[in-house]
Amino acid sequence: MEADVPTRPGLRRTRNGLDRFGDRLLYGLTAVAALGTFVLIAAIIWKLIEGSWPAIKHFGISFVWTSAWDPVHANFGAFQFILGTLITSFGALLIAAPLSIAIGLFLSELAPPAIRGPIGTLIDMLAAIPSVVIGLWGIYVLSPPIAHTVEPFLHKWFGFIPLFGTPTESSVFTAMLVLTIMMVPITSAVCRELFLAVPRDLEEGALALGATRWEMVRGVTLQYARSGVVGAVILGLGRALGEAIAVTQVIGNYVPLSVNLFAPGDTLASRIANQYQGADTALTLHSLIYLGLVLLVITLITNVIAQRIVHRFNALQRA
Amino acid sequence: MTAALLAVGVLVLLVGSVFLRGYHALNLDLFTKGPATFGQTGGGISQAFVGTIVLMVLATAIALPIGVLVSIYVSEFAPPRLAEQARLWLDVLNGFPAIVIGIFVFTLLVVGNGQSGYAGAFALSIIMIPLISRTTMEMLALVPNHLREASYALGVSKWRTVLGVVLPSAAGGILTGTILAIARAAGETAPLLFVCSIAANTVNWNPKNALASVPVTIFQYSEAPDPALHEQAWAAAFVLIIAILIMSLGARHLHDRSRKRLGQIQ
Repeated sequence: MEADVPTRPGLRRTRNGLDRFGDRLLYGLTAVAALGTFVLIAAIIWKLIEGSWPAIKHFGISFVWTSAWDPVHANFGAFQFILGTLITSFGALLIAAPLSIAIGLFLSELAPPAIRGPIGTLIDMLAAIPSVVIGLWGIYVLSPPIAHTVEPFLHKWFGFIPLFGTPTESSVFTAMLVLTIMMVPITSAVCRELFLAVPRDLEEGALALGATRWEMVRGVTLQYARSGVVGAVILGLGRALGEAIAVTQVIGNYVPLSVNLFAPGDTLASRIANQYQGADTALTLHSLIYLGLVLLVITLITNVIAQRIVHRFNALQRA
Repeated sequence: MTAALLAVGVLVLLVGSVFLRGYHALNLDLFTKGPATFGQTGGGISQAFVGTIVLMVLATAIALPIGVLVSIYVSEFAPPRLAEQARLWLDVLNGFPAIVIGIFVFTLLVVGNGQSGYAGAFALSIIMIPLISRTTMEMLALVPNHLREASYALGVSKWRTVLGVVLPSAAGGILTGTILAIARAAGETAPLLFVCSIAANTVNWNPKNALASVPVTIFQYSEAPDPALHEQAWAAAFVLIIAILIMSLGARHLHDRSRKRLGQIQ
């Protein structure tokens, strides 16, 4: 038996021309925008390769392990700057990682709930301060006491270690401190989220078994969030590797790199930033762009590693 | 706990010293006058504030539509695998060092043509797009699905639904996300160094020329020999910090409220 479906004579077809056109237009526009992101990334990489091509042709891959920066004799190499980048960033990491984990723990487990909010906000504010202001502060407020008090002190007591050599006005050490200040807010914010996400029943179980607060934090919270914390630290490292402005203001822009942390130095990013007023020769410019390419590769690798760690951590959590 | 106090202490020290060193030069002249001739006192950096305003307006005009469109694609149109990919690429873009983005725009737009405000705005917009996309995608995901379904059930086409139902619901969050992106980009120096840094000392509203900007001016003044310029750099830094902090804190607070409100739509 056929059902008598009541029909309404006035019901419009809803998929009229304008709607179909509008749908397709919106889909087209948004898809182009999304594709554009991918194209932009490819374009950045392409333009960097293209811009450094004459230097790549001239020096080849040995640019990466050559130590030189001599515009007069057209001899350029990235090695010292790569070292400088790695030393400043990893040095900052050594200081920033424990600090960030401690702050993350403090804000998630140990602090009285009333002050968690305000202190968290204050640390977020530190993250929002632009690098040029931190650099300005670094030159005139941080550098003098470091160069005139801290470094001579360390040099006097630990000067037998080549790391703590003769202090100078602008130093790699100050750059490390500046990078630490920039890394800590990001890393501690991610750590805080991680520690907050540790399942409550695991923590309470440990406490029920008689663990002290600290034992619970050490045995449950930190263990559970361990790989996530590694991801967070590497994320902060990625930020430090690419930092140009604050570093170039305090590091002294000096090429021969020495073991002495208190001597001036240079990183990939700070060398590029320092030459912004123009390069004398074409090869200098192409070599600068080559430096940028090397920096990009290092940063990309770091960020991809960080992302995979975070990804795996999230997958483990969901399981 | 000491670590947290240390961090907070650094913040207080930083803001405090910026203010203390800058407030001499913090007067109306800073905003209204251009630089004085070398060796003379006084003057300001009006050209830098004007330049930053022009750059931010242009950069937002580029970054906001693109960021929102990308987010609409990821949240409304893309199959899950592609959506995951797009998010990944946006994160990659976010991780590019700012100086590298500056070099890119330099090789793309400046070589052969000279520096310009347009190039500077483009560089800043590249920084802003991942930030705007991230918050917009988060907001769009929070719009309850039954709102969309109700719209479709009434016979409304997809594009009308997105533009008329989904976007307006998420609008507050998109706005606050944009303000956060503006706060970030307003302080960026590295992208502008190669692209929009060698600018005239006079107030200039025309983006075809390179424009002065507050962060680049602070950078240049910080390394200048004249201590009067240092003072102006501190004052400018103070204004910049206060503006960024107000924008960031305000936007974040409103953002959390938008999120809560969306989450409560039954």
